[in-house]
Amino acid sequence: MPILVFIESAEGAVKKSSAEAVSYASAMAAQMGEKEIIAIALGNEVPEESLANLGKHGATKVLQVSDERLNQGVIQACAAVLHQAMEKTGSDILVLAKSSLGDPVAARVAIKQQAALASNIVALPNLDEGFVVKRSIYTGKAFTYVKLNANKKILAVKKNAVDLKEDGNPVTVETFEAVLSDADFNVKITKVEKAEGEVLLPEADIVVSGGRGMKGPENWGMLEDLAKVLGAATGCSKPVSDMGWRPHHEHVGQTGIKVSPTLYIAVGISGAIQHLAGVNSSKYIVVINQDPEAPFFKAADYGVVGNAFDIVPKLTEAIKASKN
Amino acid sequence: MKILVCITHVPDTTSKISFTDNNTKFNSNGVQYIIGPYDDYALARAVELKEQSGGSVTLLNVGGSETEPTLRKGLAIGADEAIRVNAEPTDAFFVAKQIAAVVKEGSYDLVLMGRESIDYNGGQVHGMVGELLNMPSVSPVMQLDLEGDTAKVAREIEGGKEYLELKLPLIAGCQEPIAEWKIPNMRGIMTARQKPLKVQEAVSDETMTSTLRYELPPPKSGVTLFQPDQIKELVDALKNEAKIL
Repeated sequence: MPILVFIESAEGAVKKSSAEAVSYASAMAAQMGEKEIIAIALGNEVPEESLANLGKHGATKVLQVSDERLNQGVIQACAAVLHQAMEKTGSDILVLAKSSLGDPVAARVAIKQQAALASNIVALPNLDEGFVVKRSIYTGKAFTYVKLNANKKILAVKKNAVDLKEDGNPVTVETFEAVLSDADFNVKITKVEKAEGEVLLPEADIVVSGGRGMKGPENWGMLEDLAKVLGAATGCSKPVSDMGWRPHHEHVGQTGIKVSPTLYIAVGISGAIQHLAGVNSSKYIVVINQDPEAPFFKAADYGVVGNAFDIVPKLTEAIKASKN
Repeated sequence: MKILVCITHVPDTTSKISFTDNNTKFNSNGVQYIIGPYDDYALARAVELKEQSGGSVTLLNVGGSETEPTLRKGLAIGADEAIRVNAEPTDAFFVAKQIAAVVKEGSYDLVLMGRESIDYNGGQVHGMVGELLNMPSVSPVMQLDLEGDTAKVAREIEGGKEYLELKLPLIAGCQEPIAEWKIPNMRGIMTARQKPLKVQEAVSDETMTSTLRYELPPPKSGVTLFQPDQIKELVDALKNEAKIL
């Protein structure tokens, strides 16, 4: 049976987390002896060439639903399309990236398909004792092994669960006709406010985050410079977003965005347990803080004790130099 | 306006997490339980909406009797009544089924809950309830205002916000800054004792998943410290050991 993968896009490009979801499906297919991995993209904003390139990550076929009403992620409409695609392709597994759209969409498809759903998945399934996935719980403080008991399964995969596969070849893109009614679009999107051209925080491989130790929003330039040389997203601690120094969508932590980048650089953040909850699945953590007693150092791989205003520009220069 | 607020009963955000019985049970020893922080935002907004336009706020929790103090706290914050479905919340599907039955029975106009629980972190229940009842669901919601039977909602998307309009009834998964958390006052705490708390049994015992065991992340091996004049060495470590740059 084919494995279906839901592709999300941002600014007309396939999201990296969706490419990772395809890689996950591809590795899982190899485990299970399945051959077909069908990626499905909704809307008409992503160029055909980019969709064809999903083959590089392991897709064997790409379906596109070129209905422009799907360019904006309307939860019910996306769920209706994925339900129909699972039926038509005969897929009994749907893989998608965990995201602010993916989670609610997956929940609705799970009910339509009577499928078992697990989200926040951090590794490939174990097929020895049924179909068991490892999920992150307690906001990154623990893991659980969950057995999916239904024939149909939906897996929402966390960032960095598998390595990105890049050695496949482009594949053909076919049109998928979905039957959508007005009732599927009973939500009116009146306005979208979005930071253009920024690296999206939940998607980023590297995150540069600042806390109260930055002393004020006027000092963020040096973090942005560091982020720029690294191709990183910028984040912040809760007090920083509460004080309005940075927008809410940059707040990393227990009640904000949970990130799992390859590298997290924390500048002037003490490391309260609620902040650590949002970052503890990062592969490497670098902490820059002038207080040697800051609890964040206990969770870090590398640390520098000292004045951020002195260290951050030096770090930016050193990284620039190392890239030349 | 009848508002239902679904709350979770979860360990305080500062709790140290550990497991017992060969990693098959959560160790609740010494753990303080709270209303899920996201649910707390949902409840605060529900109370504000009631103050603005009248109606009632009903609290719902799926859980054992140990969750009643958490429900009483919600009543002290300003909900009018509470329902406890007397069952272990085994998985998202099971909980969604219970909530859907309560929504149907009580004909609620608006169902609010947190975007996700902070223990299971599934973020699935609101979508499942919406689908079970064929109602729109929206999450994560940062702003929610009512104009007649229309809800004006701001939803967080990666890198920004999306503004939506939809008709009631609807299900919303909430997060900050939809409202400020409310702290119960003395009067609230006194009256909460008199407010009705109804206990009812589960409508179905169907689940889709089962939890086999838990695991803690491996401890960090310890931090390697660099002096402020060793930044080049830090960059070398990132490059050669972590292989990032």
